[in-house]
Amino acid sequence: MVAKRIIPCLDVKDGRTVKGVNFVGLRDVGDAVELGEMYARQGADELVYLDISATVEGRGTLVNLVRRISERINIPFTVGGGISSLDDAARLLDAGADKISINSAAVRNPSLIDDIAGKYGSQFVVLAVDARKVGEDYLITTHGGRKLTDVELFSWVQEGQSRGAGEILLTSMDHDGTKSGYPCDLFARLSRILHIPIIASGGAGSAEDIAAVLSDGRADAALAASIFHFGEMTVGELKTRLREMNINVRL
Amino acid sequence: MIAIVDYDTGNLKSVCNALDRIGAQYCLTDDPGLIASADRVLLPGVGEASSAMEKLRQRGLCDVIRNLKVPVLGICIGMQLMCRHSEEGNAECLGIFDSDVRKFDADPHAGIKVPHMGWNSLTDMCSGLFEGLSEGDFVYFVHSFAADVCDDTVAVSENGRRFSAALNKGNFYGVQFHPEKSGDVGERILRNFMNL
Repeated sequence: MVAKRIIPCLDVKDGRTVKGVNFVGLRDVGDAVELGEMYARQGADELVYLDISATVEGRGTLVNLVRRISERINIPFTVGGGISSLDDAARLLDAGADKISINSAAVRNPSLIDDIAGKYGSQFVVLAVDARKVGEDYLITTHGGRKLTDVELFSWVQEGQSRGAGEILLTSMDHDGTKSGYPCDLFARLSRILHIPIIASGGAGSAEDIAAVLSDGRADAALAASIFHFGEMTVGELKTRLREMNINVRL
Repeated sequence: MIAIVDYDTGNLKSVCNALDRIGAQYCLTDDPGLIASADRVLLPGVGEASSAMEKLRQRGLCDVIRNLKVPVLGICIGMQLMCRHSEEGNAECLGIFDSDVRKFDADPHAGIKVPHMGWNSLTDMCSGLFEGLSEGDFVYFVHSFAADVCDDTVAVSENGRRFSAALNKGNFYGVQFHPEKSGDVGERILRNFMNL
């Protein structure tokens, strides 16, 4: 059986990593390549670099950063944040990114998924989805959770899969940054309707939370940031704990 | 010098970076003469089997590859192209390995996902490629099609069914996983290939 993956997420601004709670109040936590290498040594299964630079100059640093990451890091990594065209994706592929994640741009222009997957393969396309519970429904938000759309989560991820997304990275905006655990029921429902892997994001406060979303929530991978960045737990310590809880992880 | 066969199947940067990290010399080429005279040949590949096979044919590389006497390593699609046939695009392949490539069946209820993506363990390893590795070591896979287990299988993995994680026949080797993305284990496999 394929192992459950643990994926540290590194938010990058102007070439350096930062992480905030609910995307507000950023704190600088270091050099993006070195931090990634440290996680890889600790046993991270993949890395996600999310560019949150607001300026064109900041974004311009991303391609160079991706090139440095791919030279030094020997595990797969995904790059996301602000990718809105086939050209953006191509530049990151050429710089060495294994996958790109697209979010708001795909909601605005769903055929972007077809275009990138058609040209570079589904394995290259992670569809990142930020969802918020509204009444009994889950609706998609864009722009880092700031804009609520009327797109319904379940139909959107199925559309994303049929258009060629290779993975779904789902963040529950109701839980993100709260360290209160993942909505496992929601993840389990998704896993029953999708045949592509699901990465759970947003809400991990403990090893138990991550174990729950990987078992009860049937997620294929868990993405986390704060739990690692602030030294609460190393990736290796987390995976050892998960193994003790009978989760199949690579040690 | 290793010749990395460059037949326009996408990103070769990861493979080049991994070879740089282990200090191996290589060139990217689709020149039949260079490939035929290399010490070692690497056939990478990302993409779709029938179109990748067509690109090999257009460049006149099929017989060049079949006739190689030096160690050859196919990675992912590269390995699949060295099999007899792939279901992906109903492609007739190089026919080096006695195996056919078939799509995985997704089974969401059993947790079997397609693509098979992530780290999975290697079992039944029996090749110099895996010198120094332990049964159950993990490597990184990304694929939706896989080669059946056959007499040429030298490592097995499982995603709903057992499949060939690696194949070997004479000087020809193939790995379904990505050694260039498989951390220290992957680097060891690439070093082993250099020492075959």
